[in-house]
Amino acid sequence: MSRLIKLAYYLGSLVFLLGEIISSFFSRQKKNLLDIINQMIFLGLDSLGLVSVVALFTGIIIAFQSAYQLQRLSSEIYIASLVVLSLTRELGPVLASLIVAGRSGAAITAQISSMKATEQLDALKTLGAEPVEYLIMPRFIALVVTLPLLIVYADFLGILGGYIVGGSKFGMSFGLYFRMSLEALQFKDILAGLIKSFVFAIIIGLISAREAFDASGASEGVGIAVNKEIVRSFIMIIIADCFLTTLFYSILR
Amino acid sequence: MIEIHNLYKKFGSQEILRGVELNIERSSTHAIIGRSGCGKSVLLKHIIGLLQPDRGDIFIGGVNIVGIGEKEKKDIRLKISMVFQESALFDFLNVEENVGFVLQRYFPWDRKEIKERVRESLEMVGLYHIEKKYPKELSGGMKKRVAIARAIAFRPRVILYDEPTAGIDPIGADVINSLIVRLHDQLAITSVVVSHDLENVRKVADTISMMLGGRIIYSGRKDDLSLCHDERVKQFVSGSRQGPISAQEV
Repeated sequence: MSRLIKLAYYLGSLVFLLGEIISSFFSRQKKNLLDIINQMIFLGLDSLGLVSVVALFTGIIIAFQSAYQLQRLSSEIYIASLVVLSLTRELGPVLASLIVAGRSGAAITAQISSMKATEQLDALKTLGAEPVEYLIMPRFIALVVTLPLLIVYADFLGILGGYIVGGSKFGMSFGLYFRMSLEALQFKDILAGLIKSFVFAIIIGLISAREAFDASGASEGVGIAVNKEIVRSFIMIIIADCFLTTLFYSILR
Repeated sequence: MIEIHNLYKKFGSQEILRGVELNIERSSTHAIIGRSGCGKSVLLKHIIGLLQPDRGDIFIGGVNIVGIGEKEKKDIRLKISMVFQESALFDFLNVEENVGFVLQRYFPWDRKEIKERVRESLEMVGLYHIEKKYPKELSGGMKKRVAIARAIAFRPRVILYDEPTAGIDPIGADVINSLIVRLHDQLAITSVVVSHDLENVRKVADTISMMLGGRIIYSGRKDDLSLCHDERVKQFVSGSRQGPISAQEV
């Protein structure tokens, strides 16, 4: 029972934090655009390499796995459809979000919790700046903008990975592979992937900030906070993905 | 200038402040001494509004800051500033951006005016041409001086120093001490210095309070401290292990 209360308290604190971020976004304090752009570069652009590798190889793996099954039905031509649907609806958003949670979310938690350990958060407050408005809001905006873009990029790379298998193993031309992909893809699939990416970005932003603020004021607390951020973000992303997939399955069929 | 009445604060089951009574005169330098962990820094964080007490009142310039709204709190904070024990410079900003932080956010000044005030504040703490350096490029003593420059940049009425000489060599500590005295004389600031280092405190303070067990057990002029008959104060002043304050007690 006490675990349930703790969970409810934790989720409530995330909702409260979201409210604080939104109200700081609409506050009259002028926004530091340069900081937001820098955060976009650090949280999004610098994740491109890792996302590229994972997305490309995931595309190759899906193509191989589906080819193995489809060969039995002599339907290898549908590799493209399977790859594009698996990636845009499910694997693209989830994999890219897990990468960003593990890399960028952990970086946010590490930076802000070490600022807490060295009294920089207290110093900010004494100088009239609220940590949520000054530190979290720019990172949150950067995540919400860059994660969907990263996911679209991951989808493309994954599809390209699928083509590497389709082209080299089954002799499919790029034109055919591309046409098969487009035929299978519907607007609702792209929409589902994008909605998921926004939700996952919000989850990563909130959890990374919450864990940083809750860190104990010592260097040991930084490691614990980063660990919690990664574990909790992963769990929340997977649970949210399950809910959203069920929801989209019901309303976007 | 600062009046504290019946201040209580608990963290979990641990009672840190147990009815603090304190009065600090305008334009004076007041030191709060006591053993490590006795609640000195917690008291300082109450004065600047970083912590809210469970009970009690804190008056700054006649205004009770306990339970006031965020806007009023911000106004009060622009009249008080704090120098943290570990300097707490923002490591992602350079010296100029650190010192000019408040000016940039809250003062209707242009870039040139801010630059000029930053340079002036750095000169007051004896630092020249380091505006573009980052905190990681500075020594402990320099960081402390930049933190003081940041604290005086917007010319507050009160400065709170949390263990200003901690972790600095004796010569560096003396530089900080003379700086506290000079800034107090130059800017007519009310200064509150929290420290367990009696030798350094004697160099800067006009009046001294001693904290023990979450209460103020002595308040008076610095010269009267050694004349105090309280055995606990005598033990602390003499730095003896023997006496009414047990070695474990904080």
